[in-house]
Amino acid sequence: MSERTATIASRVGLHARPAAIFAEAVGALPIEVTIALEGDPAEDAMDASSILSLMSLGAANGQVVVLRAEGDGADEALAGLVKILETDLDAE
Amino acid sequence: MPKAVSEPPAGEKLASSTTAEDAAVTLRAAAKAVQAELKQRSVSATGAGKSVLEATALMAADPMLIKGAVKLINTGASAERAIWDSAASVAEMLHNLGGYMAERSTDVLDVRSRIVAELRGVPAPGIPAADEPFILVADDLAPADTATLNPALVLALVTSGGGPQSHTAIIARALGLPAVVAAAGVEDIADGTSVFVDGAAGSISVDPDADQVAAAEAWATTAATLSVFSGEGSTADGHLVPLLANVGGAADAVKAAAAGAQGVGLLRTEFCFLDRDEEPTLDEQVTAYKGVFDAFPGKKVVVRTLDAGADKPLPFLTDASEPNPALGVRGYRTDFTSPGVLTRQLAAIATAAEGTEADVWVMAPMISTAEEAADFAAMCREAGLKTPGVMVEVPSAALTSETILGSVDFASLGTNDLTQYAMAADRQLGPLAALNTPWQPAVLRLIQLTVAGSVAEGNNKPVGVCGEAAADPALAVVLVGLGVNTLSMTARALSAVAAVLATVPLAEAQRLAAVALAAPSATEARDRVRAELPVLEEMGL
Repeated sequence: MSERTATIASRVGLHARPAAIFAEAVGALPIEVTIALEGDPAEDAMDASSILSLMSLGAANGQVVVLRAEGDGADEALAGLVKILETDLDAE
Repeated sequence: MPKAVSEPPAGEKLASSTTAEDAAVTLRAAAKAVQAELKQRSVSATGAGKSVLEATALMAADPMLIKGAVKLINTGASAERAIWDSAASVAEMLHNLGGYMAERSTDVLDVRSRIVAELRGVPAPGIPAADEPFILVADDLAPADTATLNPALVLALVTSGGGPQSHTAIIARALGLPAVVAAAGVEDIADGTSVFVDGAAGSISVDPDADQVAAAEAWATTAATLSVFSGEGSTADGHLVPLLANVGGAADAVKAAAAGAQGVGLLRTEFCFLDRDEEPTLDEQVTAYKGVFDAFPGKKVVVRTLDAGADKPLPFLTDASEPNPALGVRGYRTDFTSPGVLTRQLAAIATAAEGTEADVWVMAPMISTAEEAADFAAMCREAGLKTPGVMVEVPSAALTSETILGSVDFASLGTNDLTQYAMAADRQLGPLAALNTPWQPAVLRLIQLTVAGSVAEGNNKPVGVCGEAAADPALAVVLVGLGVNTLSMTARALSAVAAVLATVPLAEAQRLAAVALAAPSATEARDRVRAELPVLEEMGL
């Protein structure tokens, strides 16, 4: 199990366009990735490729989330996803 | 336009010939197809519409939505019913989160309809995507459809449902499109058929002849030349009738000012509240109102306070279980059940007015008694608003306008609701369309009585009209003849109304008003007045 934390950089939080971009990136990966707010139990983590899950997670700007994945290439995949979360996607 | 997707029967089971596994595969394929369609559309969209379509496309095949549905399929539900229920629970979850999330719940329900339509093999609901101009034929249009209706591509609207005051008719007038409503049977016209629509005559012909084709081309030219109004509304002999605009926000107001409106006769503030689960904050309201005020420096802007209820329900104000919402807690009456919202709105209007040069007037909708008018005037004074007024749309207010005007400074006739209440005919019902026209002599009589009440009150307090009636050039002449002081309408109608009014002296308008009042029916009233205004025919109105 690989695990990484990331701080949400988008000003609007992980909603709308930033959530769409992130969900799409996760969906393109061959492995399953979960997302949870920092401090929440791992079993409550949600499917990171679901825009609806991301919206219900409601991660705001500056909040820390935990990404988890298993399998080949999990570390590299998570590193790429962390980069997306730590970019202000709404500003583009 | 394809019909709305109907709900699959509750408890609908998988057909015995289908396995749960196959049904899940079919559902995933349908979801992917809907996703691809929405994605395709997002490519050609721009701005806010583009990001909404992109997000909606992602929702269509969302794991949370689909996994929820597959679980239900595994318990024996049909694919249609499974996606229906799965989306309902997702929508409810978003709704309960409130704010921005709650507003997205309608997107989930839209996606659901599309997936069910795909599973059934029927066309997707909503206004179809097209590359060339077309005439839109539908059952009826909902307020939400306006957002996706491209006026550059839609030439005319034809609906089988709805009346002259329905949303379709209001949308058509706002966009300056010819429309025919309550045309039973039009849903049978095949897609791709050539159709001639005459909005003035209310007729539709399939496979038009050469004359009709020529008429359509002539209309396109007239519509272009009539599009600009500048200066002052007045009769042929110089009796001034300020022509104002009905607007629903800052963007509308800027357009109305560009179209030459002499002010705003109706600012519909619910557009700032619609699609909201919570009351907008004071700051949000101030910004929204100020945007409108700034478009009309030195001019009059009449703000109507929140008119929620009936056909415009709001989750935080409207009791959805009312058996008879048109006669329920709506307009000013929401202050009885949700006190505070109106006070805060008046405070926001006063704050917004302070920083602008607009002459801000405020009026309450659905006032029925002089006592309510006096209470509203007191609330306005408390908020520091100097010119309180009332809408006259309940017949009791028309009948007691003298007393009502004793405590407020002006009255504005909302002819759409006044007609529905005077005739006891629901605005939204197609079969009652004939009753639901402001040409009804009874409605004209109520307008006359409202003006008479103002005269009897003795202080020359203005009586305006801000309903759709003011946008009909022939009826506008009658209203001026009845003694109405100002006419407020959709900005697109300004030039036509001004052009016709400028050909009629006041005494002639008064004579035509008497002709309409004496007519035995609405049709006769309209026909008799139009027969004496040949200018309408000349201008193609």
